[in-house]
Amino acid sequence: MLTETDKKLIRLLQDDLPVAPRPFAVLAEQVGLTEEEVIARTRRYQEQGLMRRFGVALRHREVGFTANGMGCWDVPEERAEEVGRIMATFSEASHCYQRPRFDGWPYSHFTMLHGQSREECAAVARRISEATGITNYRLLFSTEELKKTSMRYFTEE
Amino acid sequence: MSLDELDRRLLTIIQSSFPIVAEPYKQLAETLGTTEADVIERVERFKEQGLVRRIGGIFDSRALGYKSTLCAMKAPVDKLDLAIEVVNSYPGVTHNYLREHEFNVWFTLITPSQEYMEKVLDEIREKTGCEVHNLPAVRFFKIKVDFKLDKQAPSAVAAAE
Repeated sequence: MLTETDKKLIRLLQDDLPVAPRPFAVLAEQVGLTEEEVIARTRRYQEQGLMRRFGVALRHREVGFTANGMGCWDVPEERAEEVGRIMATFSEASHCYQRPRFDGWPYSHFTMLHGQSREECAAVARRISEATGITNYRLLFSTEELKKTSMRYFTEE
Repeated sequence: MSLDELDRRLLTIIQSSFPIVAEPYKQLAETLGTTEADVIERVERFKEQGLVRRIGGIFDSRALGYKSTLCAMKAPVDKLDLAIEVVNSYPGVTHNYLREHEFNVWFTLITPSQEYMEKVLDEIREKTGCEVHNLPAVRFFKIKVDFKLDKQAPSAVAAAE
């Protein structure tokens, strides 16, 4: 169970860490714990899987990944698990989920493909198609990033 | 924007494993064979250049008891500006992309409960008059990614979770 102190610390950890020689000491002061306690709790959140990772959130476009294609795949249900696992092995795919279909949308599997050009994304999609045998797919390129932020948890009060 | 080799090595390390220790910049400096002041100066520059959005924890919405989803919206040209404005106004909408398809607005939504998610989506439908499909994941094959920047060509490396 997360205590109020935990939630307070998580609120700080999901913010931007101060660029200071002892950044966790700065957080400790704000949350009323010692530096050691802040470090121990932060590590524990990671061990427990509450925190997936601790690091920098990059702007992909700024580091050369200008193309972002959402691969949408029509996968028969009996092959859903197997095909999803194959798709996940592609390093160019950052996310891979199965989602519900809807009327006019036959695609069940989604892969986020990042590349330095549309052609590069399309080539990855062709390789995924060859590896899985899934031929009914579409690549939806983004034309504009309308919003990109990090989620802020425990801020509903 | 030009990144030297040390920049790339530093970025690659701090994407997935920024040291959770008392003096993280000192530890990074030792790993990279430079000074603490140099590492701090580089990180400040990454932020100024907009390369790095923030340094912090990436939390797992499900582990914290939140619900997350991807939504597909069909916004005709005459309603597009309104649709974007309405969708983006919700703090739980963390990513929103315009894509080349009849379903042209794709956004992620994270909420404290299923009920609240439905409420937000109903509000969006009501305010915009647009068709919105809620597509919560039924299977997760990969949810984590790091970008390897220590080579000339960036390539994403990811560990399935």
